[in-house]
Amino acid sequence: MTTMSSAEPTRRDFLYIATGAVGLVGAAATLVPLVSQMNPDASTIAAGAPIEVDLTPIAEGQVIKVFWRGKPIFISHRTKKEIDEARAVNVSSLPDPQADQDRVKKGHDQWLVLIGICTHLGCIPLAHQGNYDGWFCPCHGSQYDTSGRIRQGPAPYNLALPPYAFLTESKIVVGETQPGKEASGETQPKKEA
Amino acid sequence: MLRHILTAVLAGSLIGLIAPHPVAAQDEGKEHPYEAPPPPRLTWSFAGPFGKFDQAQLQRGFKIYKEVCSLCHGLSMLSFRNLSQPGGLGYTDAQVKQLASEFTVRDGPNDQGEMFDRKGRPADRFPSPFPNDNAARARYNAVPPDFSVIAKARTYERGFPWFILDGLTQYQEQGADYIAAYLSGFEDKPPPSVHLPSGVQFNKYMPGGGTSMPKPVQIYDKLVQYDDGTPASVEQYSKDIAAFLMWAAEPQLEARKRIGFQVMVFLIVLAGLLYFTKRKVWSKVHGHA
Amino acid sequence: MSGPSTYQPKNPVLKWLERRLPIGGLIYSSFVAYPTPRNLNYWWTFGGILAFLLTVQIVTGIVLAMHYTPHVDYAFNSVETIMRDVNYGWLLRYLHSNGASMFFLAAYIHMFRGMYYGSYKEPRELLWILGVILLLLMIMTGFMGYVLPWGQMSFWAATVITNLFSAIPVVGESIVTWLWGGYSVGNPTLNRFYALHYLLPFVIAGVVALHVWALHVVGQNNPTGIEPKSEADTVAFTPYATIKDSFLMVVFCILYAWFVFYLPNYLGHADNYIPANPAVTPTHIVPEWYYLPFYAILRAIPNKLMGVAALGTSIVILAFLPWLDTSRVRSANYRPLYRQFFWIFVAVCIGLGWLGSKPAEGGYVIAARILTAYYFIHFFVILPLLGLYEKTKPLPNSISESILAPARAGTVT
Repeated sequence: MTTMSSAEPTRRDFLYIATGAVGLVGAAATLVPLVSQMNPDASTIAAGAPIEVDLTPIAEGQVIKVFWRGKPIFISHRTKKEIDEARAVNVSSLPDPQADQDRVKKGHDQWLVLIGICTHLGCIPLAHQGNYDGWFCPCHGSQYDTSGRIRQGPAPYNLALPPYAFLTESKIVVGETQPGKEASGETQPKKEA
Repeated sequence: MLRHILTAVLAGSLIGLIAPHPVAAQDEGKEHPYEAPPPPRLTWSFAGPFGKFDQAQLQRGFKIYKEVCSLCHGLSMLSFRNLSQPGGLGYTDAQVKQLASEFTVRDGPNDQGEMFDRKGRPADRFPSPFPNDNAARARYNAVPPDFSVIAKARTYERGFPWFILDGLTQYQEQGADYIAAYLSGFEDKPPPSVHLPSGVQFNKYMPGGGTSMPKPVQIYDKLVQYDDGTPASVEQYSKDIAAFLMWAAEPQLEARKRIGFQVMVFLIVLAGLLYFTKRKVWSKVHGHA
Repeated sequence: MSGPSTYQPKNPVLKWLERRLPIGGLIYSSFVAYPTPRNLNYWWTFGGILAFLLTVQIVTGIVLAMHYTPHVDYAFNSVETIMRDVNYGWLLRYLHSNGASMFFLAAYIHMFRGMYYGSYKEPRELLWILGVILLLLMIMTGFMGYVLPWGQMSFWAATVITNLFSAIPVVGESIVTWLWGGYSVGNPTLNRFYALHYLLPFVIAGVVALHVWALHVVGQNNPTGIEPKSEADTVAFTPYATIKDSFLMVVFCILYAWFVFYLPNYLGHADNYIPANPAVTPTHIVPEWYYLPFYAILRAIPNKLMGVAALGTSIVILAFLPWLDTSRVRSANYRPLYRQFFWIFVAVCIGLGWLGSKPAEGGYVIAARILTAYYFIHFFVILPLLGLYEKTKPLPNSISESILAPARAGTVT
């Protein structure tokens, strides 16, 4: 057998390299369906489609709960008192600073739509409880105000906002950032104060 | 000696294999079970390794399902949203939303604990005409089968050697051929040697000849108008509904054949590379090719 | 696995590992340096193909199990959800169902190879018996897996096969009730079949490990049937066997892909797309193709208990093959008379398979009885007698010699 220079690949090595490369591509391609099958299937995605909520039955001061994508959504018809309380707070003193105006849609200050999952460890907070007239989480004592912002307790962030839009004055669609445009993510990006 | 005995035994068993054939043609006049002819083989756009569904045909077939078949037959494993998925009928999401709202689905329980009806949404399944099999049987004395996988649940005996050749020619459309034949096979009077109980219809292609399904009047009187202007006939209806049912049973057919082609090309290339690699490696071994 | 390993890793991490848990050395001595007869033909690849298919079945099975519901009201629909909604679900399902067929195809070829070349003879009797155990485990696993989609054939196959046990005198009925978990095949049956179907492949994997261990102790058989005598008779497993096996495995995958992508329901039965109905029996209850020969034997015997006994014996008799075949010569290459009987036996098995798919009427029954009788005559009469009276051809002196001067035209080298 003649000695070959190991510096440059020979024709024989090219064959080995080609075979190995094609084999690796095949192995990688085999992984695709195995990994992909664990992603949400078509029926789950369909069940997570946007839902429309009629606001007319919700009385002032009332908070209702609907489900979207398996998560509880709080829809709160705020009283003037609750709105004023939320606006009176010094934003920079908040653990998670955010103005109330940035947490509602323009011209619809009385409607607060939140994902009802405590940002601490995921329990569902209770409405109209706690020191701030907002929500109280019984698991570890987090307290949220009338804008759903964290005021006291171990939760790090304000209650998250789902994507939603007003179709009419009395109807919203949860799950679309604008009417007819389905949201891909869960929450709206926070606006800088 | 042993060899001769064994040859004889084998010959005997071969004769045993070839000789019997159930129901010889010689039994004229005797009561014997009706032997349905094999359904004619039709050409389908989705047959073969590069087959694709004909969207216009699927839409026509769906129209027949909606206006004729859905009165008795469910499609419970399909959802309205399937009508807009790729490899299918080619409807848009907006069209599907509109179409779904034309159906009434049962939902509930509501806050009062009652079930209620509402307009369909894309994520809903197709509603079945009966809440359960017993209700169907009470109404019709038989249970009309659900159509979701019926094109894969029906076939016919191909016999030797055709069933081997089918594996080479990729003939997988037995269900569609049978359904198209069955639908066009209703005849008002059975042949004289076939006696069917009352309430049972004669169908030329049904094994045994009798079916509990009544002759579909809308098909035979050509009452369904096609939106794309295709002329109506029993044969056309039969073909179109069979194609739609094939899609309903195998909505992923186009993706399967497309990915299959890619996989086959890949495997053939890899096999070739491995073959030459193997030869190169083994050339080192003295005395071996 | 005899003698100290020749594996000396240079990498410090591998050296650390090797001193504490010598997996590297084990893999090296079993699959890299392992001396393999140099004259193995492609029939020897099927062991590796079986290991590959076991892996495929386990992997596809586990991902399918993530979406399947083992309850009589939901099973059929959950399979359809997999086919329609789960990403690539149709592919995983068809890989698994056709993979079972490929598994049995490879297993039968693997077994016929063993029977042709005398791979079951001394000192490989235990290797062969472990293989028979693997076949039994495969049959059980495949049977239970077929019940899971809960179609008409699933339900009625379960009913027919579990009813076989009622043939056992005295305790038969109790055993059947115990198997069912009820008074007929129902939800308890489905649930326990699911649990066992998930378990058995791992038992198979364990027995495969024993099977490969037993193989490596005695070494591979080869087409001449004579043991390697010197290093000139063998080559290192890697790269020679590795690359040869890889090639045929990919060719086998082409056949596999042909079914999965273009004929996914060809090997199955249309009736299994009808949801199970305990009130309606299909016109012809037929098992999957790989059980047909045994099904034919079962139905050939008119007596229920004897039929079950014949079915059991037809498989268990394989375990006694090393002792039933009295020939001192291993490979059929040098046994011209045995070679003919071997091919007749293959034809009989195929004939029994075809008969298993036919209704048990008329000439089919007669033919099945003849072929069943022949099947047992092959093992109980022909093999013992052949070994005593057959005139075998002279064996070559060594494997290397057989390569340089092939035995005769027409032998499978």
